[in-house]
Order: sequence, then C-alpha cells, then structure tokens
Amino acid sequence: MRKSAEVVVIGGGVNGVAIAYELAKRGCKDVLVLEKEYLASGATGRCGAGVRQQWGTEMNLRMSIDSVKLFETMNQDLEYDKDIEFKQGGYLLVAYTEAGWDQFKKNVSLQRQYGLDVKLCNPAEAREIVPHLNTEGLVGATFNQTDGHCNPFHVTDAYAKAARRLGVEISTYTEVTGIVTEKGRVIGVRTDKGDIATTTVVNAAGGHGAIIAQMAGIDIPVYPERHQILVTEPVAPIQGPMVMSFHHHLYCQQTPHGSFIMGLGDPTEKPGLSHRATWQFLEEMAQKVTWLLPPLKDIRVVRQWAGLYDMTPDRTPILGGTPELAGFHMAVGFSGHGFMLAPMTGILMAEHILGLPTSLPIEKIDLGRFARGELFHEPSVV
Amino acid sequence: MYDKDREIIICRCEDLTLADIKELINKGYRSLDELRRISRCGMGPCQGRTCRPLVQRELQSVGIPVKDQIPGIFRPPSKPITLGAIARGSEGVHHA
Ligand SMILES: Cc1cc2nc3c(=O)[nH]c(=O)nc-3n(C[C@H](O)[C@H](O)[C@H](O)COP(=O)(O)OP(=O)(O)OC[C@H]3O[C@@H](n4cnc5c(N)ncnc54)[C@H](O)[C@@H]3O)c2cc1C
Repeated sequence: MRKSAEVVVIGGGVNGVAIAYELAKRGCKDVLVLEKEYLASGATGRCGAGVRQQWGTEMNLRMSIDSVKLFETMNQDLEYDKDIEFKQGGYLLVAYTEAGWDQFKKNVSLQRQYGLDVKLCNPAEAREIVPHLNTEGLVGATFNQTDGHCNPFHVTDAYAKAARRLGVEISTYTEVTGIVTEKGRVIGVRTDKGDIATTTVVNAAGGHGAIIAQMAGIDIPVYPERHQILVTEPVAPIQGPMVMSFHHHLYCQQTPHGSFIMGLGDPTEKPGLSHRATWQFLEEMAQKVTWLLPPLKDIRVVRQWAGLYDMTPDRTPILGGTPELAGFHMAVGFSGHGFMLAPMTGILMAEHILGLPTSLPIEKIDLGRFARGELFHEPSVV
Repeated sequence: MYDKDREIIICRCEDLTLADIKELINKGYRSLDELRRISRCGMGPCQGRTCRPLVQRELQSVGIPVKDQIPGIFRPPSKPITLGAIARGSEGVHHA
C-alpha cells in the first residue's frame, strides 16, 4: 500500500469506487481506496438492486434520472468484461390509501417537470402491467418503464476494474482507524496497516459514515438502520416491473436471473449496526407478499439477510465538503437508495473535489443544509 | 482445444465449471464470499452444500490453506421453503 496519496477514499462500496474512478478519469490518478473487508461487503452487496427514478424531491429525481442514462451505457463506458445486468422492466408503485394516492399525484407532477414519462394507472391498468397484483383496496398506481434492476456486485466490480486500469489503488482488508488533522485541515489517515499522508479524504463509509466523521471531529446527522431482505430460487419470468407499496413498506422484483428479491422496511426499527436476520421478518414478508402478489406463494426462499441503510433526517444524501475541516469530503446518508444514485454520486463528487463546475447543483444537498433548514424531506422511501 | 475443466461442474445450481472458478481465482477473487458475489457460486437452492468444499479445495491449490481461508457465510433458511408455507405458519393476521 502506498504511504501517501492525493486522495484517500474510505469505503469500497459502489460509491467509493465510483468516486475513485471519476477522479482518475479527470486526471487525478493518485487515489487510494481503503476498504475494511472486500469490495461490496457493505450495503452495496446486500441491497435490493433496484433502480428507480420515481422520486418526490428534486435532487433524488435529477440524480437518479442522470444515473439511469449512465447505467444504460455502463458496460461499454467502463469496458466491463462481464455484464452489469441492467434491466428496465419498470417500477409499479401502488397506493392502497387515498393519502398515498394524493402523494403519488404530487410526485408525478414533479417527475414530469424533469422529463420523466410516468403513467398514472387505475387498478385495471395496474393489473395489465402486473397481472397477478392483488387490486383489492387498490386506489391507484404509477408506472415508469425506464426504472428497473442492476447487479450491484458487477457495477462495483466494473468501476473498480476501470479505476485500477487508470492507476487507482484499492486496498481491501484495510481498516481506517483515525483521521489526522492540523490547523483545520486534513493531513493524513491512520489504518490498521499503517499511516497515509493525504490532504484530501472522502468519507464513503455507508452505515459507518458517522463514525468516520467522528474520527475527524465532525458531527453528521447520519445513523445506521438495519433493513432485511430475501431472495427466492430462480423461476421462469412472470413479473417485469418492481412492485413497491409504501403502505405495506414492501418492494418485490424478479431479477433477470429469475429469482425474486424482496424486502420490507420496519418503521419500528431502532438505529444500530446490527446485521442480524430474523424469523419475524421472514414471516411478515411472506404474509404481505403472498397477499399482494398471490402466485409467489409457491416459490421457495433460498436466503435471507440484512444490511444497513445510512439514514439522514430528510432521507436525502449528504454530498460535498464542510467549512469545519478543509480536505474532508463526504458522500453518505443515502437512506436506502445509494446504489441507483452511485453513477452521478461518482461524477458530482469528483467534480466537486477537483473544483470543477458540477453537473448538478450539489451544494443544495451539502451538510450545511441542516443548519440552514433547507431540507428535502423525501416522501418515497421504503 | 479440449479442456476437461470446462466439463467439470462445480456449482450445479448456477452451472459453473471448474474452469470458471479457476479463472476467477486467477483474477484475484480469493475468498468464498468474494467468489460467491461475483459468480453466484453457492447462492442456489443447495445453499452451497455441493460446491463449497470443492471451491475450498481450489483455493487451497493456489496456496491458501483451508485453515487460513476466510469462512464463508451461511445464511438462513437452511433449507429452501415456500413463501406460502412460511405465511401459513403465522396465519390470522390481516395485512390489507
Ligand atoms: C436491504 C437493503 C436494500 C437496499 N435496496 C436498495 C435498492 O434497491 N436500490 C438502491 O439504490 N439502494 C438500495 N439500498 C441502499 C444501498 O445499498 C446503499 O445506499 C448503497 O449501497 C451505499 O453504497 P456506499 O458505497 O455508500 O456504502 P457501502 O456499500 O455500505 O460501502 C461502505 C463501505 O465502507 C466500508 N467501511 C466502513 N467503515 C470503514 C473503515 N473504518 N475503514 C475502511 N472501510 C470501512 C464498509 O466495509 C463498506 O464496504 C439498500 C440497502 C439495504 C441494506
């Protein structure tokens, strides 16, 4: 491992490697990525692999729309030797309450302003899109065809390989234990394998983001929250789109591989770093999904697991630096949707760190927004 | 050229051959979990019961003794079970 680097990125999830690649692509090649386990061992490798653009606030919308364009050509752009398995089977968001439906209509009018062609569906139209959907009590649904699925291990692998080709060093099984500062600026990083001199650090540590910020003496309103998920055996294709119900806190999609991936949010979950998978989740998941999508009752579950969401109070990420400490940058707080935003996170962070004009106004989602009271309050998180 | 490694199946669930596994090990995927995540090896309905010892042997043959291999993770349920059976196990709750 090198002893000094122009930029040290902490975290080998999809965001860390995307940022490293985009920096190198812009000529900043002396970049070191530090990962305490292996690549995609954090939230990235545990996620639902969903890619959605149907958001309810400006920055999530703009970042996800631009990221989808990048997923569309990623195999070629990153010269990937495998396939990122991007499938645009759409997302069908279903509302089983009037309040939920009112929120959807607001979201759709904003989504259309940013050019997204989202369809408002009555229950019969929703059933045309997902014929096995239970429409008992369904008020309405929204559908966007260009949403979908992508393989998070492969996207991470693709960015990592492309970054390494440009000279980026990725050091796995290397844990950051401290950040060294002097007179209000970063001067180095401590790890369990030795110290590294650097004046620029990027915190991309996901659910551990607040712990890393603490090492630099900075408080950020990010906390980890366990989310559980399962996968079934692969079966013949029967469901094109992701089905997502905020009322049931549930999402469920069939992957190109044939398996179904599904998860639930638990509104009573307390902040914490636990990764434990529970029987209660399995039971509740099975009950809700066999009600919502009845034919799934015959499909076998092969694995369940859990991962961490890195939550912020407005469920919108924190990107950028802080006046408190020069050279300290962060890309954290993805609140359960950081995989789908990663392509734009990589670009925006690289532009910001190198002092280039940014492709989107990321200053709107910096850490300072909490003090300014300019929050985004994303309504559409499971 | 005939390559018998292309005919030896290591992971029956995901149809991966010995040649596939050797190639990934050569590319630097050096633990059960890393191999699993890149190739789905061991992620199928058998839960890795067949392929895990075979992959461990391959890692051993490139110089990583089994005792030094990072143990792969076993995830529940230990046997595949239908969603319907799980849901029936806890009936009486209405979720509409
Ligand atoms: C169950 C579940 C379902 C999800 N579903 C979706 C979805 O469908 N779509 C979507 O877009 N997003 C989804 N997400 C969210 C998504 O997984 C995350 O937002 C995204 O992966 C974050 O990537 P990251 O690179 O920022 O963080 P991570 O992938 O968590 O990477 C951070 C890395 O930092 C490393 N690290 C931490 N501390 C240190 C240290 N001290 N030193 C060195 N390394 C360290 C960790 O080991 C980890 O690998 C889901 C998340 C979960 C848990």
